[in-house]
Amino acid sequence: MNMILNEEQRLLKETAHGFLQSHAPVAAMRKLRDDRDTLGYSAELWRQLVELGIASIVLPEEYGGLDFGFLGLGAVLEEMGRNLTASPLFSSVVLGASALELGGSEQQRQEIFPQLVEGKLSLALAIDEQQHHQPLATAVKLQIEGDALRITGSKVFVQDGHSADKLLVVTRSSGKPGDRQGISLVLVDRETAGIEVTRTHMMDGRNAAKITFNDVEITPEQLVGPINQGMDILQPVLDRGAICMAAEMLGGIQEVFDRTIEYLKEREQFDVKIGSFQALQHRAAIMYCKIEQCRSAVLDALAALDNHSTDVSLKASQAKALVNDCYILVSNEAVQMHGGMGITDELDIGLYLKRARVSVQIMGDSLYHRDRYASLLGY
Amino acid sequence: MSTLEQFRQQTRAWLEANCPDSQRQPIVKEEQIWGGRRRTFPSADAKLWFERMRDRGWTAPEWPSEYGGGGLNPEQAQILQEEMQALGCRPPLYEIGLWMFGPALLKFGTEAQKAEHIPKIVRGEIRWSQGYSEPAAGSDLAGLKTRAEDKGDHFLVNGTKIWTTQADKADWIFCLVRTDPNAPKQEGISFLLIDMETRGVSTSPIQLISGESEFCQTFFDDVVVPKENLVGEFNQGWTVAKELLKHERKLMSIMGAMAEREEEDLRHLAKRYIGVDEQGKIRDPILRDRVTRHLMQSGADALTNKRLYQLLEQGQAEPNLPLIMKYVSTTEVQRKDELLLAILGNRGLSWHDDEFSDGEKRTVQNWAYNKAHTIAGGTSEIQLNIIAKRVLQLPG
Repeated sequence: MNMILNEEQRLLKETAHGFLQSHAPVAAMRKLRDDRDTLGYSAELWRQLVELGIASIVLPEEYGGLDFGFLGLGAVLEEMGRNLTASPLFSSVVLGASALELGGSEQQRQEIFPQLVEGKLSLALAIDEQQHHQPLATAVKLQIEGDALRITGSKVFVQDGHSADKLLVVTRSSGKPGDRQGISLVLVDRETAGIEVTRTHMMDGRNAAKITFNDVEITPEQLVGPINQGMDILQPVLDRGAICMAAEMLGGIQEVFDRTIEYLKEREQFDVKIGSFQALQHRAAIMYCKIEQCRSAVLDALAALDNHSTDVSLKASQAKALVNDCYILVSNEAVQMHGGMGITDELDIGLYLKRARVSVQIMGDSLYHRDRYASLLGY
Repeated sequence: MSTLEQFRQQTRAWLEANCPDSQRQPIVKEEQIWGGRRRTFPSADAKLWFERMRDRGWTAPEWPSEYGGGGLNPEQAQILQEEMQALGCRPPLYEIGLWMFGPALLKFGTEAQKAEHIPKIVRGEIRWSQGYSEPAAGSDLAGLKTRAEDKGDHFLVNGTKIWTTQADKADWIFCLVRTDPNAPKQEGISFLLIDMETRGVSTSPIQLISGESEFCQTFFDDVVVPKENLVGEFNQGWTVAKELLKHERKLMSIMGAMAEREEEDLRHLAKRYIGVDEQGKIRDPILRDRVTRHLMQSGADALTNKRLYQLLEQGQAEPNLPLIMKYVSTTEVQRKDELLLAILGNRGLSWHDDEFSDGEKRTVQNWAYNKAHTIAGGTSEIQLNIIAKRVLQLPG
């Protein structure tokens, strides 16, 4: 798989880099957090990103998208990760739009994609129910009586669930938690009667929500894809999610690493730069190696999405597991190597430390992905 | 059709017609063909395959044809390698001269030196050994003490070299020698070529923890070396040494990458030795997780190698990536070896006893042998120093 960005993709990355550095630096993220912003991201920034075409990168051309591919989108997400940029790009486009692209009816796509491209509407995927990402454990009930469908149960950790206009809800329509069969995907307005949304303030300052469905009535037209076969749609959506989240995380890793290396070159103790100590040099060099390995895994997985490879799931799990572990390592080392300053809120290092932990849980932690990888390979 | 595509088709056709079936089986150590005056062939097929490749210069595909090499450009050489891999063709020749010494000589040697030595390497007629480390100069290679005194029409060499690869079977040895004891360490070193048959050269094999004796200690006792055997400038041998080390580390990372993959598939081995639960999963969840960690890690190493190659192919030099490959691949090989021993349990504790299968014995012997990987060609610690200083530009 080609892991090298082409001219156009490089240009997009540079554009995103320049734009985000001037319009959405880490200070912007910090302000959102300190203000306890109700939206969790800047609507103005999102409007500007939409104008730049960022929301349309992977959407099909027939619905007004750019069909530009995941290597390009990954490059943008990486830049967002560097700046800790909060935006609904991941929840709305990577997860939401993918679900509709892969499973939605023509009518659903016609209705939603043009609005998505213009930034007039946002989506969120309500999937997790417990402490850990475990799609097959879905228990939120979808009861079917003729043409009347009812949703009952609770979802947690819904990325941007508090602000999204529409929710894609993963439900259980038959079987028991743990079964692959019997999962159905439905599309509902967040404001539907019986839906209760509570914003959860996560430590990274972003927007996540707890959403409870109290006997929410919907119509069969709101199903996304065939009933009980939801996993067939969901799996590729979650693969895209894991890979794109890994791309965002890679940017965060690189940034917090670069800042740490700079600090090692500046900070003096015992009359020398602390970067001259071999104990720190070797740890820094090991991190550099791991980051480059992660970069290879992420680029390869993004390319696999663009090439519709058959082993996308394996590559997704490989990339997410490696990046999860790497972000934890590098953010911990960043705090340690910054010494006392590393544990102050004044420095941005702590913001990366926190984003690392939240993003590790989004789309599955390393244990989840290693277990899935092993199961996919039959051992 | 592009000329490269044409080259691919011709190459494939030639390999199919000329590579005997027996030479398309996975190679075992005992059947590797090493060059030299005393070379032997394990079979008639092996000899035939070697000779056919040699006659095309494909034992050294990228070397200039005027010295007997294949004269291929990097793209063609890559195609040849890919086609050989696709058919499973064995490498026709194993030779340090080919991997490490030749590329350095092509860069720094005189016309006469190249004309004398390069064709013999390509044709597998001379086997080379490496004289770098000394008992008191390992990681601190530039601290070497073997002396070469300028005696007017010749050098007189005295001292000892260690880890001289198969010096007991080699015909010539390239050595780093001290030619100016008063200059700063790296500036008083010269690069000399010495015929192992010269009076005063003797070798003694070193038995390793794996039971093998791949390395020797070589002694030089008043050895007379002609002046024309100096490669590069007098006292500037360190420049040649570094060029050669670059090739050695590349070789080590390729060997590491191969060793990461060459074993019988880990997951099948783990299933067989550990057992499976009712869902077909390896019964011990911790070992199952370790298998997965290794597969992901070695997968990422292979991808990084591939990315490096793709960058080169597109003319985007990435000088930093090669520097990490030796460290990451050799580290991962050892992690895999430890995992294999954990999987084998008490079946992974012997390489002598006939009670154990060949696969079990080989696994254990490799485990011991591969301890060399993170030491030879610059220890892991030296590699990390290089990354810290050259890539991250950390001070000190």
